[in-house]
Amino acid sequence: MPMSSSPRDLGSAKSGSHHWLAQRVSALALIVLSLWLVANLLGLVFTPYGNYVYWLKNPINAIGLILFFAASFYHSTLGLQTIIEDYIHRACIRWAVLLLVQGLTLLLAVGSIFSVIFVALK
Amino acid sequence: MRPLSPHLQIYRPQITSVLSILHRITGFALSVGLLLLAGLVISAAFGQQSFDLVRGQMSTWYGYILLMGWSWAFYYHLCNGVRHLFWDIGKGFELSTVTTSGWAVLLASLTMTAVTWVYIIQRSSIVRELLSNANVQ
Repeated sequence: MPMSSSPRDLGSAKSGSHHWLAQRVSALALIVLSLWLVANLLGLVFTPYGNYVYWLKNPINAIGLILFFAASFYHSTLGLQTIIEDYIHRACIRWAVLLLVQGLTLLLAVGSIFSVIFVALK
Repeated sequence: MRPLSPHLQIYRPQITSVLSILHRITGFALSVGLLLLAGLVISAAFGQQSFDLVRGQMSTWYGYILLMGWSWAFYYHLCNGVRHLFWDIGKGFELSTVTTSGWAVLLASLTMTAVTWVYIIQRSSIVRELLSNANVQ
């Protein structure tokens, strides 16, 4: 495994403390947002399209769903980053996978938030 | 390659270590679930037909199995996440507390999952829907 035995060669933690804090702050936000969403979705998941659109026409629901997607995609990409950095040791593969996952996360985050606004204003 | 600690081949699983790796596994599973939830919401922007297509997959037997798995993963990650936040402020580190809170998290997540699905099954027509799907096929 191409890993140094000395922490001295690995450089500083750089953005490590920011990652740690961001994960906790998004976790706190998600406690509220995810429970709110589950409480709303329970009646909604198995209902037809019209009910979902009607639900999204309420600005509180649209804003809540946007906040949920923002917080959860952020929390998700931070967690996935830790997993990737822990298990993929080859630097070039690690960077490639990180880039792919974070790109996909950004794409889906923008896509889902746009879709919420699009349906809410339709 | 030098074996890494913990030496998984000879490491006896404990409630603490099992719950620890479960936090990571459920976190990963929830990331995949989030992807599909985003897919459902995005499909709605393309109109009823595409929304019904995605939603139809949820109303199949494998859809329900996946949703039940994700609901447990969600409740587990939520409860154990709160446990982690308490550790972050320096609380609950005694060995007996760690064990007790671990079992509490497991029990709470299973209870919340059960309550959720009893509620869903009572409220909706899942059973009827599944039966009619089975009859069509």
